[in-house]
Amino acid sequence: MYGKRLRPLSIATIAAMALALALVFFYAPLDAEQGFLQKIFYVHVPLAIAALGGFVLGAVLAIAHLRTRDPRWDMRSYVAIHMSLIFAVGALITGSIWAKGSWGHWWVWNEPTLVSFLIVFLLYATYQPLRFAIEDPERQARYASVFAVTAGAFVPMNFIAVRLSTAYLHPRVLGSTSNLPGPMALTFVVSLLAIVLLYATLCTYELTAKHTRAQVRALRRRVLGETPEQEGRRPRSAAPTTAPGAAIGAEAAGRAL
Amino acid sequence: MIGAAALAALPALPLHEAGKYVAGAYVVVFALVLVYVAIMALRLSRIERELGELLESSESRPAAPVDAERAGSTLR
Repeated sequence: MYGKRLRPLSIATIAAMALALALVFFYAPLDAEQGFLQKIFYVHVPLAIAALGGFVLGAVLAIAHLRTRDPRWDMRSYVAIHMSLIFAVGALITGSIWAKGSWGHWWVWNEPTLVSFLIVFLLYATYQPLRFAIEDPERQARYASVFAVTAGAFVPMNFIAVRLSTAYLHPRVLGSTSNLPGPMALTFVVSLLAIVLLYATLCTYELTAKHTRAQVRALRRRVLGETPEQEGRRPRSAAPTTAPGAAIGAEAAGRAL
Repeated sequence: MIGAAALAALPALPLHEAGKYVAGAYVVVFALVLVYVAIMALRLSRIERELGELLESSESRPAAPVDAERAGSTLR
């Protein structure tokens, strides 16, 4: 189901990553102020954009789940948020490394961009424990979707609030890219594309793995005759699962994802 | 030989002081992706093991009555 898209996505991601790295290190000129350190910009900013965009995507998919009650949308929302969290960790670490090189400190608490990103990250870090805390799969999916929508609305609000604040220690990226010289702007766009493709590929990998797992479970029920009660004794998971009492069969499990 | 010549032809990177930070940032991203791929590999091996178990148990089980009846009707 999702596996069909994996091959072209993986090839496109590898090609885009290779091109982006080549452009970053052998094409983009050195920044007049920051010199070689500015090369971190080409990985840090796309990671942050992909993470924040992924959180908003998770909210949109959660709205689709709340409207249709279709568990496939919950699964997609879960995967989008899960992957965004990983990308956010990458953005935080690369940002800290850049801050150390540029400012001499790993973290600056009076800088709104950094702190607001950390707040968004910590907010989403509660998403998995929230899911894990609710045993009933249907209720888990519903509550998680409500959380995803609320937190997703917080992301653009947070972004605007930071823009309106007065401290401008952190370099502005969006809105000032027009000031970038052509080769730098091109490198940034290719890097962003590569990171977005990586995000899409990893999400597809995750969805394919979950879909396959659900199919194996359905097959287990069919071959071994496991009852929904036995299925319910499996360890509780934060990840969406097919409801124990749901229609049994590999096709049904496939449809549920 | 060709690889060495290609490397020599590439412009030198001004690594000096900032080099370690830039290398660190890119290594972190690479490591994150690598860890994720490793986790996916573990999951894949678990699915493979489960499928193997299912195959074994389906081979050891006697044919279902419906299948036996169907087989009988074709023999008749």
